[in-house]
Amino acid sequence: MTLKEIKEILQAEVITGGDSLDLNIEFAGGSDLMSDVLAFGKPGILLLTGLTNAQAVRTADIIEAKAIVYVRGKKPTPEGIELAKEKGIPLLSTKFIMYSACGLLFSSGLRGVSKLPEKK
Amino acid sequence: MDNENGFSLQFEIKGSNFGSAGKVSTEIKEILQEIGIDPSIIRRAAIATYEAEMNVVMYANRGTLSLTVTPKNLHIRLDDEGSGIEDINLAMQEGYSTATDEMREMGFGAGMGLPNIKKNSDEFKISSVPGKGTSLEIIFNLNQAERA
Repeated sequence: MTLKEIKEILQAEVITGGDSLDLNIEFAGGSDLMSDVLAFGKPGILLLTGLTNAQAVRTADIIEAKAIVYVRGKKPTPEGIELAKEKGIPLLSTKFIMYSACGLLFSSGLRGVSKLPEKK
Repeated sequence: MDNENGFSLQFEIKGSNFGSAGKVSTEIKEILQEIGIDPSIIRRAAIATYEAEMNVVMYANRGTLSLTVTPKNLHIRLDDEGSGIEDINLAMQEGYSTATDEMREMGFGAGMGLPNIKKNSDEFKISSVPGKGTSLEIIFNLNQAERA
């Protein structure tokens, strides 16, 4: 799924990285807790978060996330935007809350980082 | 030290400086990328260093991080000056945390830091003197076959 499709599904606004909307995203994860993101994140992940400070962007850079979507209509701080520009990480913002944003993406085929148990 | 067998670099980390928290880890990641270390090792080293750096920012007054790269391994040593850890076994348990509300608002303090450093490293040592500070040694083997 491209970042452009994700933008459309989530009716999201692009904060920075508008020239990277053709990026292909294969999986996503959502958390406001960067400690957890550092523990479960995988390279290439799309990070959904409500944490707006620069640490969210820093964490995304460390785990090699492809992009960040801020949920609940939140916007990153100017420091976060600056760091994202420097590191080339696109930032989007959606009005959907975390649960809805994740659900919309999952039901459109964007899987999570963990493997689902096989149905018996 | 800078010779054909490796090099060492030192970085200073300031406690409570949330604004620049993570800069040292980003810098180390860039250095490791420049010298062509395996990307999967860089990623584990970046996560471990970032967790360790955040611990200094959150809990200590200051810290010194030494990065030593040899043909065999990456050796990261972090010595901080601060309150130290009373019970290391407890601190190593996932979910145990003494974080303040401010730390949690920053997205940290879930009690995952030290266990995550250990999980990402090939060797991990921790020692602490309550009231003085904590030392971490984090080692990554550059020979991937050595990782279980």
